[in-house]
Amino acid sequence: MKPRIHSHERDQDFSDVDRSAVLDALGAILPPDALLADREDLKPYECDGLSAYRRLPLAVALPGDEAQVVAILKACHRLGVPVVARGAGTGLSGGALPIEHGVVLSLAKMKRILKLDPYSRTAVVQPGVRNLAITEAAAPHGLYYAPDPSSQIACTIGGNIAENSGGVHCLKYGLTVHNVLRVRGVTIDGDVVEFGNHALDAPGYDLLALMIGSEGLLAVVTEVTVKLVPKPEVARVIMASFDDVTKAGAAVADIIAAGIIPAGLEMMDKPATAAVEPFVKAGYDLNALAILLAESDGTPEEVEEEVAAMRAVLEKSGATDIRVSSDEAERLRFWAGRKAAFPAVGRISPDYYCMDGTIPRKRLAEMLTAIAGMEKKYGLRCANVFHAGDGNLHPLIMYDANVPGELERTEAFGAEILKLSVELGGTITGEHGVGYEKIGSMCVQFQNDELAAFHRVKTAFDPQGLLNPDKAVPTLHRCAEFGRMHVHHGETKFPELERF
Amino acid sequence: MTDEFKARISAAGRTNAPLRIRGAGSKDWYGHALNGEILDTRSHAGIVAYEPTELFVTAKCGTPLAEIETVLAQKGQCLPFDAPRFSPTSTIGGVVAAGLSGPRRVSAGSLRDFVLGVDILDGEARALRFGGQVMKNVAGYDVSRLIAGSLGTLGLITEVTLKVLPVPVAEVTLRFELNQGDALDKLNRWAGQPLPIVASAWHDGVLTLRLGGARAAVEAAQLKLGGEKVGADATAFWRDCRDQALPFFAAERLWRLSVPSVAPPLALPGEQWIEWGGALRWLRSDSPAETIRAAAHQAGGSATLYRAPAALKAQVGAFAPLSAPLLKLHRNLKAAFDPKGIFNPGRLYPEF
Ligand SMILES: Cc1cc2nc3c(=O)[nH]c(=O)nc-3n(C[C@H](O)[C@H](O)[C@H](O)COP(=O)(O)OP(=O)(O)OC[C@H]3O[C@@H](n4cnc5c(N)ncnc54)[C@H](O)[C@@H]3O)c2cc1C
Repeated sequence: MKPRIHSHERDQDFSDVDRSAVLDALGAILPPDALLADREDLKPYECDGLSAYRRLPLAVALPGDEAQVVAILKACHRLGVPVVARGAGTGLSGGALPIEHGVVLSLAKMKRILKLDPYSRTAVVQPGVRNLAITEAAAPHGLYYAPDPSSQIACTIGGNIAENSGGVHCLKYGLTVHNVLRVRGVTIDGDVVEFGNHALDAPGYDLLALMIGSEGLLAVVTEVTVKLVPKPEVARVIMASFDDVTKAGAAVADIIAAGIIPAGLEMMDKPATAAVEPFVKAGYDLNALAILLAESDGTPEEVEEEVAAMRAVLEKSGATDIRVSSDEAERLRFWAGRKAAFPAVGRISPDYYCMDGTIPRKRLAEMLTAIAGMEKKYGLRCANVFHAGDGNLHPLIMYDANVPGELERTEAFGAEILKLSVELGGTITGEHGVGYEKIGSMCVQFQNDELAAFHRVKTAFDPQGLLNPDKAVPTLHRCAEFGRMHVHHGETKFPELERF
Repeated sequence: MTDEFKARISAAGRTNAPLRIRGAGSKDWYGHALNGEILDTRSHAGIVAYEPTELFVTAKCGTPLAEIETVLAQKGQCLPFDAPRFSPTSTIGGVVAAGLSGPRRVSAGSLRDFVLGVDILDGEARALRFGGQVMKNVAGYDVSRLIAGSLGTLGLITEVTLKVLPVPVAEVTLRFELNQGDALDKLNRWAGQPLPIVASAWHDGVLTLRLGGARAAVEAAQLKLGGEKVGADATAFWRDCRDQALPFFAAERLWRLSVPSVAPPLALPGEQWIEWGGALRWLRSDSPAETIRAAAHQAGGSATLYRAPAALKAQVGAFAPLSAPLLKLHRNLKAAFDPKGIFNPGRLYPEF
């Protein structure tokens, strides 16, 4: 087989991969039940949480330990086979979408918590451990793992590392990158590398930061040390109603201007609360055009002080109704609606497409107005949930994949939101990653020189481009095809023209 | 201004003459001996954008840190990683390139945690922008955080965006008489509880603790923890601790050991100063480098020869040696951003 060299010019072609050689090599490493190659066994791996895109891999390998991961990667490296790591497959950008003629490396079997030490407030876990399982294991010690994606029941820490996942509390407690001390990973050539360590600083470049959010393109994560933090004594959430989304957006800025960093600050618009309420019975104000959920946590005294301060700000910002959770059950109920927003929308629409742009908070209202315009333009409905505190939007575009043309219109709708996110000074993805899905929109956010730099970073780890190829960073060829629509940091070509 | 930088970089590339990127030069002593012709960043200065409600500040590389902090303070905000200030003229570019954080780092997070975006000129004089001005951004690799702490070896930072936070409403400093072992134990136990401890410093039988946050939380914690309240000189103490201006730090040979906070007292000869709840141990010691590095490594961390004569650093390395696979990745990344090796060669590791 001809040697491959990763190129930033063109997508790669793996059609010359020798299927039986791959199966023989993997068969020599794994027990029979840990290697899947029959069509029906491969089916469950054909997509991740973004089910609009599906592809069958050549095989799925399910290693049980790091030594097997090393052996599999070495074999794939030798045979020139692409490898896609996979955690729970809850990703929303097609990051774990298989590559044709490639191997899916599922870390699902590596799901042991190796060590949980309350004294040092750390846990050492295998990549397939579920996010919530860490918090559950730490709970008896009054500790928890802070990043809490809504998918935390299912998603794995390996996937969280790959995406730099956030949650509703990351405004105060940070993203994955702020809560991980060390990642152990295997590069495509089989080198086992320690990124970071059990101390706070490690010598050399901050490769730990580089690994986090690298979408499975640089190394396969085989072990992670996370920080655990003390569970706040109490938490209370304020639910505030607004009769105008602009006022709700302004209230977010007002809270921050008052020197308050809430533990969580989320916003839902009316279509979102309408979808959620019958499903969860969270007690949301269905007359409000937008609701804000603002959480305070800490000592009882601290929470009392902060809740009072936030209430005053919200009243001044024009909230039409304010309710404060009176007990833990009510607090969880208020949050349950927010956390179930995606499945709730899934109940009222055959399909939905979740976007993930981030914009400066002060542009929220502008974005919402624009989205309302796009709903008309594309003839599709959209419900909006936001991590408002950090400007991260999740518009949920509702469509029906069985209606010809709807998926295409949905994609165009989504791409327009992302383009506007960049124009407003934000980014195409706040936490779900670029994956397969947003690869075209990367051409909007970055110039060729920057994309080429990303490709050189990739080459520093994986010269042949075998780990999750053609994801996350578009080739320059692809951008040329996509059309030159790079938006330079909020400066559009015709800023004087109305965009919506 | 950046055009001038670009021209310098291109010329250096053509003649293979290394450049030594320098702001105010307040950290000239950090890392290895300096090579190359000075490229002074101070002419490229000024705050480009500061939006208190968006919680970010963007500044050109030559802007003095002090200027940024003054502007933030007017809005009741700060850079919570508490970067040490070795000179009143230290520039933000140098601060980010060095990546050093101060006493509050243990609670607030490190400098790199607050980096949202950078503009750099790479070794081929290309202007590249990574990250941005928003809190959450996972488009592309996180190159901005890779640049933080890379000591100018990957590129010339021309502009940087940092996350800012409100300053704590209330602060109290407490003192306890405790030996090292007891202090470390208390710090680790407290850290497992929801207490508003923002910084700690232990030296010579005395533990100084800084509480910060909501007034009610600070008052409640003060009652719970006891200790003796430090009055008016607390602010000066923490400033001098941050800036390493206390007499302890005036050593000819100073080691900086980054270890897990739970590492037991290190049995190394010499005086120690302990911060970050036990995770940072400064050591004044003439013990051989191998002994100190081995102790740090065994504890699960690493040791930096922080302040020492250049000759000694050249001999034993300023920074702990990298494992073979890590060194390979470092070299590859250096080649990815600075293929001709013109930026600060050898400043971090002699190999690149
Ligand atoms: C209902 C729902 C709600 C969600 N809410 C949130 C949210 O609030 N916040 C948020 O950030 N995300 C959210 N997500 C997205 C998703 O859950 C996260 O991206 C999560 O981190 C993915 O984890 P996973 O284990 O499912 O990874 P997968 O989907 O299996 O993989 C994701 C990426 O990680 C890579 N990968 C996986 N494991 C490894 C490994 N061991 N080594 C290297 N690379 C690896 C894959 O190649 C892929 O690129 C949500 C998803 C759903 C379906």
